[in-house]
Amino acid sequence: MKTALALPLILFALPAAAQDHSGHTGHEGHTEEPAKAPAKAPAPFKLPDMTGAPQMDHSAHQVGDLPSGPPPAEAFEGPQHAADAIFGAEAMAAARAENHATHGEMKTGTVMVERLEARVADGHDAFLWDVQGWYGGDIDKFVFKSEGEGEFGGSIEDAELQALWGHAIGPFFDLQAGVRLDVEPETRSHLVLGVQGLAPYMWHVDAAAFLSDRGDITARVEGEYDWKLTQRLILQPRAELELSAQDIPERDIGAGLTKLETGVRLRYEFAREFAPYVGVGYEAKLGETADIARLAGEDTDGIALLLGLRAWF
Amino acid sequence: MNSSPLITRRNLIRSTVGLAAASAVPLPAWAKGQSLTHARQGFGEVSGERIALTVDSHHFGVGGRSGHAVAVNGTVPGPLVRLREGQNVRIDVTNRLAEDTSIHWHGLLLPFQFDGVPGVSFPGIKPGETFTYEFPIRQNGTYWWHSHSGLQEQEGHYGPLIIESATPDPRYDRDYVVLLSEFTPVHPHEIARKLKVGEHYYNYQMQTATEGEMSLEERLMWGRMRMNPRDISDVTGATYTFLINGHGPMDGLEYLFTPGERIRLRVINGSAMTFFNIRIPGVPMTVIAADGKDVEEFEVDEFQIGTAETYDVIVTPPDGSHALVAEAMDRSGMGVASLTSHKGHRAAPPPLREPVTLTMADMGMGSMEGGEGGHGGHGGHDGHGGMNHGSGDAMAGMDHGSMDHSMRDTSKLPDNVKVGPGLDMVAPMPVDRMDFPGLGLDKVDHRVLRYTDLKAKRPNPHRMPTRQLEIHLTGNMERYMWSFDGRKFSAVTDDPIRFAYDERVRVKLVNDTMMAHPIHLHGHFFELVNGAGMMNQPLKHTVVVQPGGTATFDVTANEPGDWAFHCHLLYHMHAGMMQTVTVRPFPKAGEGA
Repeated sequence: MKTALALPLILFALPAAAQDHSGHTGHEGHTEEPAKAPAKAPAPFKLPDMTGAPQMDHSAHQVGDLPSGPPPAEAFEGPQHAADAIFGAEAMAAARAENHATHGEMKTGTVMVERLEARVADGHDAFLWDVQGWYGGDIDKFVFKSEGEGEFGGSIEDAELQALWGHAIGPFFDLQAGVRLDVEPETRSHLVLGVQGLAPYMWHVDAAAFLSDRGDITARVEGEYDWKLTQRLILQPRAELELSAQDIPERDIGAGLTKLETGVRLRYEFAREFAPYVGVGYEAKLGETADIARLAGEDTDGIALLLGLRAWF
Repeated sequence: MNSSPLITRRNLIRSTVGLAAASAVPLPAWAKGQSLTHARQGFGEVSGERIALTVDSHHFGVGGRSGHAVAVNGTVPGPLVRLREGQNVRIDVTNRLAEDTSIHWHGLLLPFQFDGVPGVSFPGIKPGETFTYEFPIRQNGTYWWHSHSGLQEQEGHYGPLIIESATPDPRYDRDYVVLLSEFTPVHPHEIARKLKVGEHYYNYQMQTATEGEMSLEERLMWGRMRMNPRDISDVTGATYTFLINGHGPMDGLEYLFTPGERIRLRVINGSAMTFFNIRIPGVPMTVIAADGKDVEEFEVDEFQIGTAETYDVIVTPPDGSHALVAEAMDRSGMGVASLTSHKGHRAAPPPLREPVTLTMADMGMGSMEGGEGGHGGHGGHDGHGGMNHGSGDAMAGMDHGSMDHSMRDTSKLPDNVKVGPGLDMVAPMPVDRMDFPGLGLDKVDHRVLRYTDLKAKRPNPHRMPTRQLEIHLTGNMERYMWSFDGRKFSAVTDDPIRFAYDERVRVKLVNDTMMAHPIHLHGHFFELVNGAGMMNQPLKHTVVVQPGGTATFDVTANEPGDWAFHCHLLYHMHAGMMQTVTVRPFPKAGEGA
């Protein structure tokens, strides 16, 4: 059962993994500068354009005829840093460190409230939050996520917090690994392994598997797409699917697909950082989980009107 | 509120516009404890053998936007540095900021230790310190200067630099500087952050359900590749006010002339991130110099100027008021001035044109833009035909799977290019795009400048390169990562690009991104391999490598030392698109190329 469940998850992560591997395995080995490794005869990089590029038509000089090897030996003569001799090695070392830090090593971050919304349905009006943020560099980041919901006037029914290490594994996807703490409906901790990024056709995807402190495996896949109606008016379809590898009686969950949450939200970006929205959402319990709910006399699905805010800084 | 920054040959009337922007702006955090004065718009002039420049924090306001600025000698832009070919100059630069600063003399030939790049040529100028630059002036022409520390250039730390020719130039009667730049009240570090975290934060010209002419099929194809065909400029008029000599489009900047006069316009792109389309509707422009170096004269109606490039043109406008338009390449705004023979008359600028949409050619699909319009009228380049692997329509109809694969086929890269998250695309069939006039100018119905039009006026020494070098311009738009050969500057600290002293190298730049990058080599002029013939290849210090295309230059490395080499889009450089070029060994005293 567990392996069967892992499969869709892996499939989902595939675009990222595929790109990534071609990159890493293929080239990790030789990241050293070619200038210093003139061992093999230079293999001029030949593109299909080289024979027909405009300059060839006019110039008597064929690019392809020139060697593309390392520079002559005298180019490696000292000093390593020319300015050291004039301004002192120490002053230059400090300036160099600063220079390198400010040309590619920027650390930054953001906090995004993806959904802060009221869900109006007949009988029970609920609220929901979905927040995430990160801080770090281009490749490695600290990521946190929090999601939860409850009924107005009632208590919080679900609340979780995730702390993850995010690592870029390809141009569009990050691998995320860390921990998740459920505060409601009961305190529970999980290990998290997932991927997040931008899938083909501009779908933002977040897929993760969770291993709880009771040994339960669950998973969650989310996707959303921003369809610009105008520069500021954006329609966002969104879907979230939850899965469980086993029955989890204390949460009324049966093995298999457990829950589907879909919705469309229409937001207006007064600023990129501030966009109120209206929407409609449909939620359904699935499979055995739905059966459990039905036996308990509960609704298994429902539609809600959504009013909310998307904001970040 | 009019101002006229008239420069006659020997004197310049200061353009001191008292902006009515005395609005009470609360002191920003970075300025606490200092009483900041407003920087004046426009610039004065400094000249002679001994020059003093002071860098300080100020407020600045233009076009309803106001905020912090780094001004030199109290103005934005900083003063015009006017020198004469053959003189020596000593320039004392005093830093009154709370952080390090520097000045790089853009396009000047000088000893490397005075080139002004902290960490490469010198340690930088610490707060409170004065650094003295001292060098002989070995050239003439139109150049500029700017900070090379942090992101100060965005904040106002730049200015024009003109070197008078040792011999008089009779080709013009009047001489004006047209210095293009941007102002934003947003701190540049915040802009850098927005570029990293926000998806196309400043782009309000995206294709939408109601905007853009692409078919659904094409849109799906771009979407599948996770690329945005309206990704023209990273930072736009959404936060920038475009400036000419420090004046916004509503400030009524005037260039006065008497009918019949020949006017030299020294157009300098001193912006941080913006390519401009320059035109004076109804007035043709004769291009006489590029990047400070004379070229065979030719006439155009419009030209695109990449960041950090300069072009000198001569115009002879008829009586009246003519709009001098500097339209941002993405058409999100423009800088405007009036070229007028009637003081106080403003010319009405034309409206902004439609936003630009990228094509297959910008993806590196070879010369694919034949489909809709293309560029007609240069028979000299029909040789492209062989690379035309199908019409645009055929490509759009191609199997999407193979298309997606071919947009990042890393097997097409040389071994030294590092493949990783920082590389989101490999141009599948990059071709030389020297004949491309710039995004959006390939479909206008008047004469535009192409690199293939440039021919050096004075013949260069004829010398064959002895080596070729290929450098890939790489990036990831979503993550806002930029690099050379897949490696950020921070990753190549002690692994420079090495040239032997006096070595002549042919350098081919391959743009594996869908943005145009203005690539600048410090301390040298290189020759564009543009079909002008070996003796007349135009000399430049900055070359725009068009999206998905290549550009090739020959350089004789005859300036020993360490030199910066980088994309002159400020936030691209900041993200890592930079390298050090070392030229060794130092020649022994008495030797020289």
